Amino acid sequence: MKSVNTRFYLLGERAAVLESRPPVDLVCQRRIWWLAAALRAQHRFIDIVPGMNNLTVVFDPLRQNSQEVLDQLSTQWQQAKQQQFEPREVRIPVCYGGKAGPDLDNVSSYTGLTPEAVIALHSSVDYTVFFLGFQPGFAYMGGLPDALITPRRAEPRLAVPAGSVGIGGAQTGIYPAQSPGGWQLIGRTSLTLFDPYSTSPSLLLPGDQVRFVPEPDHA
Amino acid sequence: MLEIIRPGVQTTVQDLGRHGFRHLGIAQAGALDQPALMLANRLVNNPADAAGLEVVMGPVAIRFHRDGWLALTGADFDARLDDTPLWPGWRVPYLTGQTLHLAGPRLGMRAYLAVDGGIDVPLVLGARATDLRSNFGGFAGRALQAGDLLPQGQAIVHLNRCGAWTRPWSPVIRLLPGPEYHEFDDAVHHAFWQKEWKVSSQSDRMGYRLQGPPLHRSKPHELLSHGVLPGVVQVPPNGQPIVLLADAQTTGGYPRIASVIEADLWKLAQARPGTRLHFVKTTLDDARQAMQQWQFERNRFEWSAYGR
Repeated sequence: MKSVNTRFYLLGERAAVLESRPPVDLVCQRRIWWLAAALRAQHRFIDIVPGMNNLTVVFDPLRQNSQEVLDQLSTQWQQAKQQQFEPREVRIPVCYGGKAGPDLDNVSSYTGLTPEAVIALHSSVDYTVFFLGFQPGFAYMGGLPDALITPRRAEPRLAVPAGSVGIGGAQTGIYPAQSPGGWQLIGRTSLTLFDPYSTSPSLLLPGDQVRFVPEPDHA
Repeated sequence: MLEIIRPGVQTTVQDLGRHGFRHLGIAQAGALDQPALMLANRLVNNPADAAGLEVVMGPVAIRFHRDGWLALTGADFDARLDDTPLWPGWRVPYLTGQTLHLAGPRLGMRAYLAVDGGIDVPLVLGARATDLRSNFGGFAGRALQAGDLLPQGQAIVHLNRCGAWTRPWSPVIRLLPGPEYHEFDDAVHHAFWQKEWKVSSQSDRMGYRLQGPPLHRSKPHELLSHGVLPGVVQVPPNGQPIVLLADAQTTGGYPRIASVIEADLWKLAQARPGTRLHFVKTTLDDARQAMQQWQFERNRFEWSAYGR
């Protein structure tokens, strides 16, 4: 039972947190997704936010007792199964390098791989969406090949264009909207990652399997 | 309809925020001084979560295109309806063609305007709040500009003039220790509770950066990204704390030294850059009591304004 490695605590008056100790573990993350889905179906909490091997639930402290929320979270965690889904496979067409990926050369020189090899490796594996955060629809993805791990830029950019595909340490992700950002930008997609007026606003959801597909012109 | 003649530094349509979408990375947004917006709404007989205007500094001018009732709360902005001075915390009638002038705050920095029927912009993901970072919700997803015409909801039939008691601001902010509180040593705890914290000019609706003695953990280590909420006090590597507010990102990875209690979060909304704050450690029971006190005040107002 993993619960020895799990702690439960309050964050302020209206949030309770389940936190599993590092390192990051996909088995644990699958249980978190399972629990998040189960809790969402119960309609008892205001927000249910999976993080990296942790889960935060937001409740109304005038209606729910915080200790009871913690106890419920603990009980349900004992019963949590690993989320088994028909993995949703999302293919993201990417224009790599050039103006679309101004840091491709940085990644290339840091990793010692040619730009072509960086593109081939980045688009050769399935990534898993661990959670969404930072900005609407921004998916933190795990599964980056070790050879591509590159530190963030020393100076974050003030404006990263929407659709930019980047590498931040051992993670990869896509900026849904223009924003400041420090990740190494290696390409860009023309897909809409987030649309607040859609019934399903975020293209990517936790648990999704993502594969980047180089656009033919730039492959 | 409301016509924006002068928008001031930053005027936005806000309600009590967007809830239930944090797992998609969607910020709460909404009024920073929530008690003030709720009170303004209830003064003009709107539901507490109706949309009103959050006004930051002045001068602001707004023209009315029908008859109705308004209420101003939050900071006292030295308001006039045409030439008639207005008290904050009162509801007053306005007539078609009249203009509301807000010179600017004497104290504090945010005022809330509620009009009868509320600002009737469309709901986006369950709220009318403006998400300034992602440009949706509110009016065209942005701060208001001169010439904007805001739709107004259905008017109500009959009201009398009425006022409400508003709580005085104080620089004393109560906090609960956070999950990483114990990763800081006694000297840091002492500094956190005893020293003054100055609101930096690098503060906005996402968060307030505070200046004071640097806070460093005894044994720094990287944390995994976790959910964060308005009120959470993060300590980035430079040791200068940031209090997250309504527009904050939904997840973070910095240590959480403490959380501002719900009942005191509004005080930050009214603290201008340069303001000096004091932190006081409190307990969950005291936080609950403070929230009940606030509910009591609201109920008492409801009784005096609408009860029989």
